[in-house]
Amino acid sequence: MKITLTVNGEEFPLDVEPRRVLADVLREDCRLTGTHLGCEHGVCGACGVLVDGEAVRSCLILAVQCDGSSVRTVEGLAGPDGEPSALQRAFSAEHALQCGFCTPGFLMVATGALEADPTLGDDPDRIEDLVRSNLCRCTGYEPIRRAITRAAQEARQLAP
Amino acid sequence: MKPAAFDYVAPRTVAEAVDALGTGGRRAQVLAGGQSLILEMRLERIRPDLVVDINRIPALDELRVRDGTLRVGALVRHRAFESAHAVPGPLGALFARAVGNIAHPPIRARGTMVGSVAWAHPASEWCAIAVALDADVEMAGPRGARNLAAGDFFQGPLKTAGQPGELITSVRYPLLGDDTGVGFVEHRRTHFCFAQVAAAAALTARGGVISEARIGLVNCADRPLRAHAAEAALTGVEIGPPLDGYRLPENHPFARAGRIAAERDAAPVAEPYADLEYRGHAIAVVVARTLCQAASDQRSRARALEGESR
Repeated sequence: MKITLTVNGEEFPLDVEPRRVLADVLREDCRLTGTHLGCEHGVCGACGVLVDGEAVRSCLILAVQCDGSSVRTVEGLAGPDGEPSALQRAFSAEHALQCGFCTPGFLMVATGALEADPTLGDDPDRIEDLVRSNLCRCTGYEPIRRAITRAAQEARQLAP
Repeated sequence: MKPAAFDYVAPRTVAEAVDALGTGGRRAQVLAGGQSLILEMRLERIRPDLVVDINRIPALDELRVRDGTLRVGALVRHRAFESAHAVPGPLGALFARAVGNIAHPPIRARGTMVGSVAWAHPASEWCAIAVALDADVEMAGPRGARNLAAGDFFQGPLKTAGQPGELITSVRYPLLGDDTGVGFVEHRRTHFCFAQVAAAAALTARGGVISEARIGLVNCADRPLRAHAAEAALTGVEIGPPLDGYRLPENHPFARAGRIAAERDAAPVAEPYADLEYRGHAIAVVVARTLCQAASDQRSRARALEGESR
């Protein structure tokens, strides 16, 4: 089936079988291997990407469902000059990654939530709910929570 | 595993979807949120020949209130119910209390309430609420549209009265009045697990006396249940003052109703980590706690009403 995905602003005209999930198409056809696949059951969250601004599990959505959609992956977070996003800087500052396998998923689910609601930093329960969405088997949840909180607070201060 | 090969169509109207589902002799599946379906297809427990993606049918994402009835379209995502104000009155509060127990934010952004009803998992929060509140399941099929009461719709684990070729277009719930308090309590092993036991309750009281009780049981049988015997034991009971402490006295009406729900209403299925004795105990405790929560909600709503009338 012929579909078009816009991934991180770039258009990808693709011919994909309906059975292929978005994660596989991103990794194999678009050659964007920053999106990781862990459990492929929707549990671990390593495959998190944004589809039309919404954080989803790319292992539980078919690529053909995303025809015409705009997808953002971890590769799309840095600025045009390669400068990491505020959230990526916060992850670095708070040591919110060890092996890094889960990091793309955490970055995308948090980016989606922060962009949808910049007041997220005021609500520790919602940040906890987000952190609980994904698995980190280095068990670095606390630094991840701190990093998201830090990025949320920075975004709040910058807001007019 | 990767899903086995299938054909895919994305119709633009309900009529087109029904046509596609009815294409003779093929195993067809409706894809709404896909958060259970695609997982089952990966596990190859479901191998459809055809997937009918209803996400591009515009009319199905409506959440509408008319004449005291809430109509939830087939594409309304779980997330829509996270705010207690998305739906008017105590029904909105009940949905908001329940929805936080469903997976986590990215799954709730895709998965749908109606999809949960169609899937009919015994541990589904929405299915038990639909049964407790006498919701109506609206279906479109090759022989036209029909409605079925939720209580008749669920027939066993992942089994419903829906026929091949039928599409659930919406589920309708009666709104709850302001004299009704609601509760939802869920018990599970870890945050990622399905409910081991959960209960939904709606208590209506007039002058401090319970006039109607509705209790829905999650994962207390092979299908969602309404706890009729426990409900009957609560009618005419005083809603009473709030209780101190976490443990109810044995003879408290809510503790008694919990035991009745466990002994007479529930028909639990043994699972690893939860044998029948454990499940019976858990059902009694969870139902009693849900009733306490509903009673406390009812009292605060009654106080708010009194405040308004002064």
